[in-house]
Formats: sequence, structure tokens, C-alpha cells
Amino acid sequence: MRIVVCIKEVSSRESRYEVASDEAWINEANISFEINECDEYALEEGLKLKEHFGGEVVVLSVGDPRAEKVMRKALAMGADRGILIADERRQLTSPHLLGKVMSSALKDEEFDLVLTGTQSDDLSYAQTAVVLAELLSIPHATIIMKIEAEPEAKRLRALREMESGRFQWLELPLPALLSIQAGSSPVRYASLKGIMQARKKEIRTLKPEELGVEATAVPELEVVRLYQKKEERKAELLEGETGAIVEQLVEKLQKEAKVL
Amino acid sequence: MKELIYVLVDHNGENINPTSLETLVLGQELAEKTGRRLHALLLGCNVRNLAEQLAGYEVDSVIYTDNALLEDYTFESQCEALSQILKTETPALLLMAHSYQNIDMAPRLSARLGKALVTDCVDFKLSEGELVFVRKMFRAKLYADVRVRSEPPWLVTLQAGSRFADALVKGSAKVIDRQVDLSSVEIKRVTGETVDFAKDRVDLSQAETIVAVGRGIKKQENMDLIRDLADVVNAEIGASRPVVDNDWLSRDRQIGSSGQTVSPRLYLAIGISGAIQHVVGMKSSQCIVAINSDRNAPIFNVATYGILGDLQEIVPALTKKLREIL
Ligand SMILES: Cc1cc2nc3c(=O)[nH]c(=O)nc-3n(C[C@H](O)[C@H](O)[C@H](O)COP(=O)(O)OP(=O)(O)OC[C@H]3O[C@@H](n4cnc5c(N)ncnc54)[C@H](O)[C@@H]3O)c2cc1C
Repeated sequence: MRIVVCIKEVSSRESRYEVASDEAWINEANISFEINECDEYALEEGLKLKEHFGGEVVVLSVGDPRAEKVMRKALAMGADRGILIADERRQLTSPHLLGKVMSSALKDEEFDLVLTGTQSDDLSYAQTAVVLAELLSIPHATIIMKIEAEPEAKRLRALREMESGRFQWLELPLPALLSIQAGSSPVRYASLKGIMQARKKEIRTLKPEELGVEATAVPELEVVRLYQKKEERKAELLEGETGAIVEQLVEKLQKEAKVL
Repeated sequence: MKELIYVLVDHNGENINPTSLETLVLGQELAEKTGRRLHALLLGCNVRNLAEQLAGYEVDSVIYTDNALLEDYTFESQCEALSQILKTETPALLLMAHSYQNIDMAPRLSARLGKALVTDCVDFKLSEGELVFVRKMFRAKLYADVRVRSEPPWLVTLQAGSRFADALVKGSAKVIDRQVDLSSVEIKRVTGETVDFAKDRVDLSQAETIVAVGRGIKKQENMDLIRDLADVVNAEIGASRPVVDNDWLSRDRQIGSSGQTVSPRLYLAIGISGAIQHVVGMKSSQCIVAINSDRNAPIFNVATYGILGDLQEIVPALTKKLREIL
């Protein structure tokens, strides 16, 4: 099987966010970056399919040129090669523009399956996967926890998560696109050998212009202002010396809330 | 024709999805503030009854489409039906619930029509005639005002709990039968059986007290801290999703949109950040205590009391104190 896994570089979970002076993005000065959580699960699913059926795993990413680092990590985990769409202008921030460059980059890749994460931990639009499927004219399924592929028969079964702890099996012909949910199965670590090999694996860098998106292209969605809402805190916040705050809390639970 | 607002109302054939009613509230607000006319839209098979039900709210009309291909959800027929409707009627806005079904369908519709989709909105702002949508970004720690740059219709999904369905204004609307032609639709994705892994599950919905643990616990070995606390207050143990994904607790203890919904008298959220998918499952608890080391954790926005600090220190101290008095 030839499997394309879309991965995105996002600010890490520990980030303390500060809004940049343009109010449209975060201040990246003190931020570290990692693979978007559910994308890592998508990669794991892709690698498992390759182990089982043979073939190739290609990682595709759109982002700052710095994203080469997370791509190398994916290559170290076992992906075969990478395609990086370098967005130096930070222009590719809307689902339609992302879908456009990604679908053009995949035009000549004869893939059987495209895997993505369910949503990104920065913009969290949860759209790009499905937009990409439409632009590639292939069927899709979202929030997938398990894949049973039959590449010979050109089809697969996928277990889709639904509300309230239920799941549903879906059957799709290949090629298809699946968005994978975090927690589908444990993600592997890169081995030392993998890390060595990854250095030599190919990453092809493409520019938006080569993929039909000019500098003048306008994203359909634009963040006009990013902000923190401090007044939103509802909790009465207890802080300070542990013994004292625990004491205060217990008293409040007994006397104010009357729940103990 | 730009003065119309459509609200797509989801249902399961019998009942209307509560988040769709919340979305209708948003529709009523927007209609009032912008002078646009509001229409509810129902897709399905034999949905006239549901349409009559919706006609009891203040909307201009309830438009419904009966078609055998819309009886069970498929993204193919849903997208085709909606694109036909949006192409002829071109409303300014199509509002939808941010449900699992709509996030499976709406981006496809958006790409097909080349019309923007703003997902998971919690609010809107209207200033000097310009409408922007408010949504959370960056792990729900920041808010963003998002402007749409493409031509109408604008597609919008609303996060559950952003409005109160009780606020719906009553009225009396006409019901309109609107046919679509789905003969060209090819269903490639076939829906199979539904599995309910949680069938024999512990039912947390009846628990009086729940001690819920999140990824902040860091290691399975630390779970004893939680068990000890739960013992003292005679609580059930619940968890956020990553804890269950790591197999530190069984799947049936997960609380949230893909787990159980609970409303105990006391809910202790320990090392849980407060992502919306978790919060929807516990926000109606009577008293919520959050223990978290991050001052900006969104869980403090729903908690009654917050303790800012390291759970490794706080939890044993709290257990000890409670043991003394209970
Ligand atoms: C479609 C979909 C469905 C989902 N369904 C659910 C669901 O049903 N239930 C659910 O819970 N999630 C669900 N999620 C996942 C959800 O988005 C979050 O990723 C998840 O809730 C985060 O869990 P958490 O708060 O435990 O972890 P994190 O977000 O990683 O938060 C950990 C918290 O622990 C704190 N912490 C760390 N160390 C310490 C310490 N020493 N002392 C005190 N605090 C500490 C941190 O400050 C942080 O706030 C779903 C996601 C999607 C996309």
C-alpha cells in the first residue's frame, strides 16, 4: 500500500501562550514545537499498515520550514520520505488553502490511503482532512479508532467513534482518506537506527506557488484578533501553602457548598 | 436574497438534537440583530412531524426535505441535498450544530461550494455591520475573532453549550416541503454495525461524588493517589480521555463527549485541563473542584473552587485532611 500521512507541527502542550503584537498569532519566541497529537496516531496506523502489507509511507506537511524537524522524527519512526510545503509567509492558515496545496502536491502520488489527525491543537478547525478528501474526489471517514484494510480487494473497514462511547463500522473503497483519533493504538518510539537512517531520507520541499497558491491568494478565514479572556475565570482560586489551602477548601466544601 | 439565515436542525428521526436547538437560539439572535429572516431546515425521511414541532418556535418557516436517501446519514446525500438548497436559495448564513455528524459533512460541503466554514464557534460579534465569529484556539487557552473572507453563504458550526435552548422564542411558523433530486448521488461509504463497548459499563451518571483524573497524573504508578482520595470520600473514579487511552483506567470510566455524561454533587478534576470535549460531560455537576498547576487552565472557568498547585502535593494532603474529619 502507498500511504500518505499528513502531519502538522504545532506548539507543544506545555506552551504558555502569549499573543504576538499583530494580535493574529502567538509569540513563538519561547515556544517549542511537536507533532500534533492525533497526527502521531495517524502515522502509527500508517506504519502498522505498511508493516502488514508492505509498501511505502509518505509524510506530507504544510508549515514553517522549521517543520522539517518533526518530519525527520516521522522518518525516524519509519516513514520512507517526506514532502514539505514550506509556508514562509504563514499564508496557508485556512482549510481551503491547505486543502488546495495538499491536493496539488498529491496529484501525481498514486496513493491508496491518506491518513490525517482529527484536528490540530493550534487552530482546531477540524476541517482540513475532509476538505482534502473532497478536493481529491475520494471518500473519507472521520474520528477513526481502528482500520482493517484489504488492499487486494481495494477496500477497508474503519471504526468511527461516535458520541457517548459508541462506535460504528464503515466500509470504504480505496483510495480513501481517514482522519485518526488520538488514542487509537500506542505510538512507537524512534529507534537509534531509525534516527540514523532518517538523516538520509528524502524530504522534498515545495512552495505554495508551485501548487497553485500565489502570494496574493486570500484565505477564506482570517483571525482578526487573538486574545486571552481573564474575566472568564469562575473558580475561586486558592493558592499558597498546601496545608492552608487544603484546610480552606475542606471548610468551603462543608460550609459553603455543603457537599461533604 | 442575502437576507436569509438557515439553521440546519439535526435529529435521529424521533428527537431533535439539543445542540441544534441551541443553534436555533443563535439563529434567532442573529436574525434579530441583523434584520435577516430565519428559516429552520430539516433533512430526513418522514420528518413532517418534527417540522411541525419546530414550527412552534419563532422562525419564518420550517423547510423540510423528505427523501429515502436521507433517512440514514451519509455524507454523500447530505452534501448533495444541502448544495442544491444553498445554490438556489443562497442564504447569508447556514448555521449548524458542531456535532460529530456535521464535522464529517460540512467541510466537504464547504469545499464543494467554495464557501467558508467556521467551525466550533462559541459566539459572534457584530460591530459596525461586520459580523465576526468567536472560537477557541491553541488548546482552548486563547480566543480568536474570525472573519470570513469569501462570499455568502457562510457555513458556521456552533459548539454545544454555547446557548441555552430554554431561550428559544416561541412562535408559529409555516411548514414548507422542499424537494431535492438525489438521483445522481453515489454512496461509496457504507455504514455497518454500531458497537457499544460501554454496554456493561460502570454507570457513573448516578454517582454522588466523582474523583476524575487527567493526564497531569503523568504515570500509572501515581494512580494510587487518586484511589486513596476516592476511597476517603466514597467516590467513583472517572477520567479524561488520555488516561483511558493509556490504559490506566478502563474505557467505561471516560467522561466527556465520547464517554459518559455525569452530574454528581461533587466533581474533583485533578490534572485535567478542561478541554471542551471533557467539560461537556461534567459541567452540570453541582460543585466542581479543580486541582491544576496551570493558572490559565480552562478547567478553572467551569470550576467552583480551584486549587493552584502540584497535584502530587495537594492530593495526599487533601486525602489526609479528609480522613481526619470524615
Ligand atoms: C472528537 C473528540 C472527542 C473527544 N472526547 C473526549 C472525551 O469524551 N473526554 C475527554 O476527556 N477528552 C476527549 N477528547 C480529548 C480532549 O480534547 C482533550 O485532549 C483531553 O480532554 C485532555 O485531557 P487532559 O485534560 O487529561 O490532558 P491535558 O490537556 O494534557 O491536561 C493535563 C493538565 O494537567 C495539568 N498538570 C500537569 N501536571 C500537573 C501537576 N503536577 N499538578 C497539577 N496539574 C498538573 C496541566 O496543567 C494540564 O492542565 C476528545 C477529543 C476529540 C477530538
